Amino acid sequence: MANLKTSEKKTKAQSMGLHTEVLTGKTQQKFFNPDEAENFYYWGTYDVDFNKRTDLDVKDLDCKEANRKIDDLMSQGYGTIVIKNPQGKHSLGVGILNKLNLIFEGSLGYFGVGSIDGPTVRINGRVGWSCAENMMAGKVVIEKNAGSCFGAAIRGGDLICKGSVGARTGIDQKGGTIIIGGDAGAFTGFMMQRGRIVILGDVGINLGDSMYDGTIYVGGKIGSFGSDAVESPMTKSDMDWLKRKLKVAEIGENFDISKMTKVVAGKKLWNYDALEPTEKKGAI
Amino acid sequence: MCGIAGLIHRGKSSNVGSELQQMLQALKHRGPDSTGYALYAENDGKNFIMRFKVGENVGEGSTSVNEDASVYDERKKLVDQMLKELGANIVKDEKLTPYSYRYEMQFDKDLMEFSKKIESINGVEILSIGKSLELIKDLGDAAAVSERYGLGDVKGTHAIGHARMATESGVDIKSAHPFWGYPFSDVSVVHNGQLTNYWNNRRVLENKGMRFMSECDSELIAVYLAEKMRNGATLEEGMKDSLTGLDGVFTYFVATKDSLGMAKDTMAAKPLVLYESDDLVAMGSEEIAIRSILPQEIDTYDPFDGEVKVWRI
Repeated sequence: MANLKTSEKKTKAQSMGLHTEVLTGKTQQKFFNPDEAENFYYWGTYDVDFNKRTDLDVKDLDCKEANRKIDDLMSQGYGTIVIKNPQGKHSLGVGILNKLNLIFEGSLGYFGVGSIDGPTVRINGRVGWSCAENMMAGKVVIEKNAGSCFGAAIRGGDLICKGSVGARTGIDQKGGTIIIGGDAGAFTGFMMQRGRIVILGDVGINLGDSMYDGTIYVGGKIGSFGSDAVESPMTKSDMDWLKRKLKVAEIGENFDISKMTKVVAGKKLWNYDALEPTEKKGAI
Repeated sequence: MCGIAGLIHRGKSSNVGSELQQMLQALKHRGPDSTGYALYAENDGKNFIMRFKVGENVGEGSTSVNEDASVYDERKKLVDQMLKELGANIVKDEKLTPYSYRYEMQFDKDLMEFSKKIESINGVEILSIGKSLELIKDLGDAAAVSERYGLGDVKGTHAIGHARMATESGVDIKSAHPFWGYPFSDVSVVHNGQLTNYWNNRRVLENKGMRFMSECDSELIAVYLAEKMRNGATLEEGMKDSLTGLDGVFTYFVATKDSLGMAKDTMAAKPLVLYESDDLVAMGSEEIAIRSILPQEIDTYDPFDGEVKVWRI
């Protein structure tokens, strides 16, 4: 495990406020120089022009070919790409680490737009299981319904489904915001660690089961609370945040936020009190 | 992981053989070991259709013991003899493969006793009995099985099917889905998932006189529902009971001569995508199964945990 210590001389990364500690493990010393410019950008990302728009028909392409085509188009500077005929194919639009307007004219299968960092995605259809899994940043809007494991392990960004979603939405969520316009299934927020989930409709059984941290807001009925999930009073800052977020998400315009239920971790399952402050930070 | 698919046309017949083949072929990646069809065909409804096998497919990938093909003919003769003794009148008989047959017959007595007698012949298993049910299962993908049994032109109202990845039992026909809801005519079941209280339930049901032909956990669903219906429950009631009576993770379909149902466990651990319109309901483990017959944009959804739905033709 790498040692952590405070550096006397600030590196470029530190002066940019990215982090304050220096990693001194052998791997870090050998392979990572925090002052090298390429470490601040993803390898293989492109300068794109959002006004440069094109269509891509993926009817006769498999997911690998379609994803390569998207990459090709970004390399040509296209900043707005409209995908035609996705027809429920799996793993479309995954691993995009670029600023991009990506529009799907139809539905996606499993693992759609997973592991993305940056694009704005609009899906004018439905998505299957594990949509936007491990998303780092960006915005994804789904016009219809979503399958189970929606937004599994996301770390950032806004993930919005205007319809209903299946079970285990936001499982292992580590950051970001998930907003659901309709209902959500069982085990929503299962083992979530950070971030927020907003459900305007009803939610199934075992809400927030074994959650470490994070917040869940529910507008409708709750099937049951999971282990260690507890209700908490809504504050003014909660309501201000919800109002702002729902406006940005273009959802729930006339929704009565004040009647929502706020659910947080009771922090009884995990031995929080016995942890040192630094361990506590690592645990969440 | 297995893939399941089903469809029901409401108020009309369609080419369900071809439609289900396309749906199952789209799910081939979920289960390449065997494929099964339960087609509810446009038969005249007068005679029983009995599909049975006298041996296993011992082709590539099979885990069955190789047998001398001559025993198949011997077993078939014994079946014919037994049918005569039981008073069944064979209207038409077809040999479909060296090990499987389709008989049309007239019979008006108790199907349970009938089935017990036929299956008392070593190596013989009834795959299905029904007046519209045509249950076909064999090793290979959907296209291969459809071609082998000539299913491309089968017309009917509804159908369920299964693409199997063998995990808990052998690669053979007896463990393949769909399972017939013995001893009820025209009842079939397909399942995706694992049942963890299989042996407990099996012991209880066997003590009540129910029959298991394989060691595949999915067979339990068919037997469980059949036993419920034998005791007067409706299909829907039996399915609702199964949500607590069966332990594990499951999504399953069950079909009868005039209905198609789905049930999803309370953990919602197994996938299902559903399309519902006034004249067609189509569902499958993945949306691509539905898209294989409905390429245009449609609204689909995932049923929630613990949901049971039944549609009628």
